[in-house]
Amino acid sequence: MDTTTQPITDTKATLALNPLESEAVYIFREVVAQFDRPVLLFSGGKDSITLVRLAQKAFFPAKIPFPLLHIDTGHNFPETIAFRDKLVKELGLELIVRNVQDAIDEGRVTEETGKYASRNMLQTTTLLDALEEFKFDAAIGGARRDEEKARAKERIFSVRDDFGQWDEKNQRPELFNFLNGNIDHGQNVRVFPISNWTELDVWSYIASEKIEIPSIYFAHQRKTFLRDGMLWSAQDDVVFRAEDEEVVERTVRFRTVGDMSCTAAVLSTADTIEKVVGEIRTSTISERGARIDDKRSEAAMEKRKQQGYF
Amino acid sequence: MDVLKIATAGSVDDGKSTLIGRLLYDTKSLTTDKLEAIEKKSKANGFDYLDFSLATDGLVAEREQGITIDVAHIYFSTAKKSYIIADTPGHVEYTRNMVTGASTSQASIILVDARKGVVEQTYRHFFINDLLRVEDIVVAVNKMDLVDYNEEAFNKIVSDFGALTQKQQFKAQRITFVPISALKGDNVVNASTEMPWYDGETLLEHLEQLNPSQVEEVGARFPVQTVIRPKQDQYHDFRGYAGKVSGGTLAVGDAVTVLPSGRSSVIKDILFYNSSFTKVDAGNSCTITLEDDVNVSRGDILVKSAQAPSLTKELQATVCWMDNNALVPGTKYLVQQGTAQILGKVKSINSIVHTDFSGVDATDKLVLNDIGKVTIQLSKQVLNDQFLDNKQTGSFILIDTQSHATAGVGFIGS
Repeated sequence: MDTTTQPITDTKATLALNPLESEAVYIFREVVAQFDRPVLLFSGGKDSITLVRLAQKAFFPAKIPFPLLHIDTGHNFPETIAFRDKLVKELGLELIVRNVQDAIDEGRVTEETGKYASRNMLQTTTLLDALEEFKFDAAIGGARRDEEKARAKERIFSVRDDFGQWDEKNQRPELFNFLNGNIDHGQNVRVFPISNWTELDVWSYIASEKIEIPSIYFAHQRKTFLRDGMLWSAQDDVVFRAEDEEVVERTVRFRTVGDMSCTAAVLSTADTIEKVVGEIRTSTISERGARIDDKRSEAAMEKRKQQGYF
Repeated sequence: MDVLKIATAGSVDDGKSTLIGRLLYDTKSLTTDKLEAIEKKSKANGFDYLDFSLATDGLVAEREQGITIDVAHIYFSTAKKSYIIADTPGHVEYTRNMVTGASTSQASIILVDARKGVVEQTYRHFFINDLLRVEDIVVAVNKMDLVDYNEEAFNKIVSDFGALTQKQQFKAQRITFVPISALKGDNVVNASTEMPWYDGETLLEHLEQLNPSQVEEVGARFPVQTVIRPKQDQYHDFRGYAGKVSGGTLAVGDAVTVLPSGRSSVIKDILFYNSSFTKVDAGNSCTITLEDDVNVSRGDILVKSAQAPSLTKELQATVCWMDNNALVPGTKYLVQQGTAQILGKVKSINSIVHTDFSGVDATDKLVLNDIGKVTIQLSKQVLNDQFLDNKQTGSFILIDTQSHATAGVGFIGS
């Protein structure tokens, strides 16, 4: 579906967009106008896939005027990587991949060990290195304010210092439509075009736009084991599993797709986008409830963000 | 789906966080894991009821102090609408945060403690909502349980508010009063059985039927964000102006003027993604092409030629100061109106405005959280749109040329 080369075809009466879509498109255009080297952080998850569609819309009929950057933990779901490569090819986008494994091999970060080992935290070093390497001055991400309490205070344009740090006490007020992206050389800005979307908004948009997403978001058979009330993938040998943790094949899907080592599956039979939307609508568990990295302490996300995590 | 952005303001201990928590709880927006966390924490803190304020207080530093110190965004939805609450602290030293929250909101909830009635803080909250021209105000008279759900206490607050509304500038504002108890859940989402004398809507019922953006602006404005040039054979001569319409409607065939240059043309096409449209309403992002090859770039504003405002190099404005460095005459700032950033200088600070409606005083500077009247001199012409007529182009921000911080916000008008 290489929509970028499709001609402008149908004519309709009055343009009346979903206000969240209109806002996201506005934000994308501000990024391109205000920064020299923007980049879109692409994880292969539904939020970053939604960002790609919004960026297409913002600049149509021109192509998306910035590359995608994927920080690969090496523990991605294979389905996500396959999807990523297909999308990039279809849309003719530039993709940059930087690997957490490289930082581990160079001894710059130390891999966690044990039952809850995850490479999620290690992404920060690789991300900051990549921003530095390519001199990116704006990094666009799919974080949403509804995900987590510390994110509820994040700005749409969030300035980071030379060390990639977030100073939550000293954020710029964002008034009306104004997005102030003025920065010094060496600083960069994190940009969150779907800040104001909820998980349900994203799923509804994916459904109404018929956006393709990786197959692991839909119900499938998977070898899993149960720990702390959550289901973990026992395929691919990435997640640490103790001998007494029994592997059972279950019908599951992933509601959020991060590093395999910290993303749990949920029991589900939702095998179409409509069923997924229905499931989210009635769900009583929060999306990040399936992310073990947020459960480490009450202030887990805020601490990671101060250090430069997305 | 409709989205309603709401600002909340209340003094410390008015129960604002509890109200928001109650809204989330009664609309079943709190997920099991979040609810469990609240139960656990409430118990640990020794409370014998659920402390809903824990649902909203975000950052570690705040939790330690037990107060909200910045703007936090909270989301919930009903079958009818999506709600975004900008939660800001109400103390005078957080004027900056209240102004910020109100600037993006279509409605505002002002909390009043039924035991204390209309106090100085209420004046300030109302003043800011008036200054920012928030369309709908809901005065939630909270803690009715602590005044035995007494009708007189509620009526007194309603009548005391009359003194405030007489002084307001934004006459189109709609104000509604609801007696509630956030702690007990009276009239927040579910109707109270304790106040048979009140036959109005609950707070949520009222929000559900609000239909914002009914206040007509004085004319469509289209600040150009960027120029789209595909550089593909198929679109060889394509020049699309990307932006978001504010304050009115633009249609194909409309005669438009590019400001500040004053050149005119006619709208050829209104595009979004792979569709074209005959007209576009305020609030929508789109791409516009013109019949003539006129020079248009970021910072320019397209207006209907018939509604073109005057231009000026000197603005009279009310400014809310948001920076630790005081605003003093003579300092240069970047002034951003729409998408244009223009170098400007504060020519004079004419007065400081008291946010309790008690009037103005002479001053030679504005410090953090002050609101004052200023005259700003600009290096180039800008639109002289009055804020009361045009919310988008009638406002501007002041950017510190050294720190790049957003140092203040201005509302054009004397």
